[in-house]
Amino acid sequence: MQRKVRDNKAWFLVLPVFILVAFSAIVPIMTVVNYSVQDIFDQNTAYFVGAEWYREMLRNPALLDSLGRQFFFSFSVLAIEVPLGILIALVMPTKGRMAAVSLILVAIPLLIPWNVVGTIWQIFSRADIGLFGYAVNAVGIDYNYTSDPTAAWLTVLLMDVWHWTPLIALLCYSGLRAIPEAFYQAARIDRASKWAIFRHIQLPRLKSVLVIGVLLRFMDSFMIYTEPFVLTGGGPGNSTTFLSQALTQMAIGQFDIGPAAAFSLIYYLIVLLVCYAFFTAINQLDKAK
Amino acid sequence: MDYSLRKKLGLALYIVFLFIPIYWLVIMSFKGTEEILGGLTLWPQSFTFDNYHTIFTDSTWYMGYVNSMIYVSMNMAITLVVALPAAYAFSRYRFIGDSHLFFWLLSNRMAPPAVFLLPFFQLYSSVGLFDTHIAVALAHCLFTVPLAVWILEGFMSGVPREVDETAYIDGYSFPKFFLRIFLPMIRSGIGVTAFFCFMFSWVELLFARTLTSVDAKPIAAIMTRTVGAAGIDWGLLAAAGVLTIIPGILVIWFVRNHVAKGFALGRV
Amino acid sequence: MAEIRLKSLAHSYKSKPTSPNDYAIREMNHVWHQGGAYALLGPSGCGKSTLLNIISGLLSPSNGEVLFDGKKVNDIPPEERNIAQVFQFPVVYDSMTVFDNLAFPLRNMKMSEDKVHSRVIEIAAVLELSDLLKNKAKNLTADEKQKVSMGRGLVRSDVSAILFDEPLTVIDPHLKWKLRRKLKQIHEQFNITMVYVTHDQLEASTFADKIAVMYGGQIVQFGTPRELFEKPNHAFVGYFIGSPGMNLIKAKKCKGGLMFNNTLVQLNPEMQVLLDPITTSNIKIGIRPEFVHVWDDKAEGAFECDVLHTEDLGTYKIITMKLDGEVLKVRIHEDRIVPTKKAYISFPEQWLKVYVDEYLVDIDEPEDEVKETI
Repeated sequence: MQRKVRDNKAWFLVLPVFILVAFSAIVPIMTVVNYSVQDIFDQNTAYFVGAEWYREMLRNPALLDSLGRQFFFSFSVLAIEVPLGILIALVMPTKGRMAAVSLILVAIPLLIPWNVVGTIWQIFSRADIGLFGYAVNAVGIDYNYTSDPTAAWLTVLLMDVWHWTPLIALLCYSGLRAIPEAFYQAARIDRASKWAIFRHIQLPRLKSVLVIGVLLRFMDSFMIYTEPFVLTGGGPGNSTTFLSQALTQMAIGQFDIGPAAAFSLIYYLIVLLVCYAFFTAINQLDKAK
Repeated sequence: MDYSLRKKLGLALYIVFLFIPIYWLVIMSFKGTEEILGGLTLWPQSFTFDNYHTIFTDSTWYMGYVNSMIYVSMNMAITLVVALPAAYAFSRYRFIGDSHLFFWLLSNRMAPPAVFLLPFFQLYSSVGLFDTHIAVALAHCLFTVPLAVWILEGFMSGVPREVDETAYIDGYSFPKFFLRIFLPMIRSGIGVTAFFCFMFSWVELLFARTLTSVDAKPIAAIMTRTVGAAGIDWGLLAAAGVLTIIPGILVIWFVRNHVAKGFALGRV
Repeated sequence: MAEIRLKSLAHSYKSKPTSPNDYAIREMNHVWHQGGAYALLGPSGCGKSTLLNIISGLLSPSNGEVLFDGKKVNDIPPEERNIAQVFQFPVVYDSMTVFDNLAFPLRNMKMSEDKVHSRVIEIAAVLELSDLLKNKAKNLTADEKQKVSMGRGLVRSDVSAILFDEPLTVIDPHLKWKLRRKLKQIHEQFNITMVYVTHDQLEASTFADKIAVMYGGQIVQFGTPRELFEKPNHAFVGYFIGSPGMNLIKAKKCKGGLMFNNTLVQLNPEMQVLLDPITTSNIKIGIRPEFVHVWDDKAEGAFECDVLHTEDLGTYKIITMKLDGEVLKVRIHEDRIVPTKKAYISFPEQWLKVYVDEYLVDIDEPEDEVKETI
């Protein structure tokens, strides 16, 4: 880490970013806050209702259900993608032609539009026209994600693993590449086992990229919308209706914009809080050492 | 088994896992509707380009691709222009609120899109930007700018301060130093950042769909047209999907050296 | 404890080397005796780190053998060679404490925890790390980290040699001296073979009993610091060692000695006989700046030179002169009067060296090197 100069004039350099992001962020947030405390009938008729929507939303079983589902889903996603991503990063070649080739191949799922990811898995998993769905049924497992809630949930999870593990893998790969060769050489001379090398050389160096990776994956999986919407439409039943979709149904489908806004803010605060807690915890841990 | 062989095998299996679904999409796009619904075939029995023909002859289809590419390019340009100075500030200076600012930038990514889309729509309509490419590009900046600042800051911290100081002593002004000396030194960083901007802007659907209706409608939104009264036209849907993957492959191919170098520096 | 012998060793990073230039290490034979303190000195890119990595086993040589106490170790991986290596940049395990860092190689050997403890305490005391044992290695200064790196080599009682790859590069100058002394002290205490790679002649001569000078993938001379200074075996050694380096002037054979431009340098008859059969045109006259004799006045047999300029370096002065178109450096004691404009110099016979195809033409046969032949 370099020595930094204290100079508040640096704000001038940050100003364009600040203005740009503020334009796209602050006005919409204020609008949502505004919605959340009013009962809106049409453009000209709205009543101030205070915290009413918040109270109501915190008692709404459908939303609390989807919140629970959401946490469970995000947790599952992280539990699978983080170790798998690290593992992939460890087996990717670091030198030569194959390094660039495998980098490109692994990155491809990240470059596919999210709705197309949904489409791909829809085409792939359907029991009638999909290779995967057909194959699973062929080995004797009854699998139909359009009618079986468990199958649907697992398919969404598998899709997310397919789609996003590459992000963790690439981040970890970059972290691993930053380790100087001398560390591995010293470890060999110290007779470190493969596990000891991973535990004491590779893992500590992966920490900073993993923090960002976990944060991004938590945020994005917590707000997942497009892919399950295309794949399952939230069903069967409510089994794959995650928070974003529940809110969209409420806001656009039933046009209950006030309650939806209130819940959006609660939702936003949850994500913010979890990320902030995680961020601070990591920083504290760093300082403690 | 030999350790390095096991590694290669593991990687090969993973890549197969990544590519089977894509393979299925690709061969589906060369099949006719009857073959798709008629039964499972691992290879198109009657190879057809009809689906692609439809897309390339219908302007509402192919304009979707053009629209997407326009706003993605705009987004990359805007993101880089604003993120470069900001990243420089973060890498070189301490200033009031610097640590909070970054978290705030990142926090905008955490807003659930479902409800925030409506005010977005209202905001861009009220300033007369609805259904323009620039509206989508600006909205996507909310996602790309924080990441761009973070990546560029990493690259810039790798350039020693002495470089800046030497340049000032040699009589360079800040803009001249920044453009002539500093930017070429972090070329790879810019390549990697552009790649990540593309990665987010190209794949996003919700904002792009909400902020456009006709003139700037992205391909991802047009794809929903394949659901007709007679059910889904799978072949056409698959072909459109294949065509959305190709730009991504081209982009990563062009920036592969920068990305590899960026990854090698461990600053992604 | 071991003697390290390199037998017809050569290494190329290319898979199919065609010319000698493809080799990072050209074929060489060399012996590092048990318990010696050696330096491997040479400019960057001369192959010294490559040679070190071959000895430790991190690199497998393309030709030849590495023998430890007469046993071939080419196929033995570094972890089983009982060798410690300290790298240019300190390698510490960030997440562990200093104690755990030092204990790491021992624990990997499954040594019992009390033995580990006593050994670590002992080594920490030697390296003056005792107060830091409980600290995280991450927060140490560069020199402390480097001491920890060295310590990981020293804790192992089974190590037969410790290899240092420019270990003081990142250390502050005033600490360099201290660490170097520490190393020397450890060497005396533990009687371990040490090979120290550096490009700094001062570092090499203060650390080592014997220095191997490497140039172009070969060890061009192996000797004590004094031998390297007084009798450089290769023109490069003359040029590289000493400050300033040896004066080297291209010359031609002629009757009575060697000739450059219009100046005749007389040689004794013995030398003339040795030069007689030589056909190459690459002949150089070499003389160290310290050994050029400066006359106070015009003298018989002395060459007349133009004085170009003088640098006063405190205890001595360096005069740059021009002799018949060739530039020479001459080093004289501070008390001597510096000649102005013209100077009269001669080359004492015992310090005048002749290099043919870069190698010294030596009168006192047999050479030292012959004794070392395997």
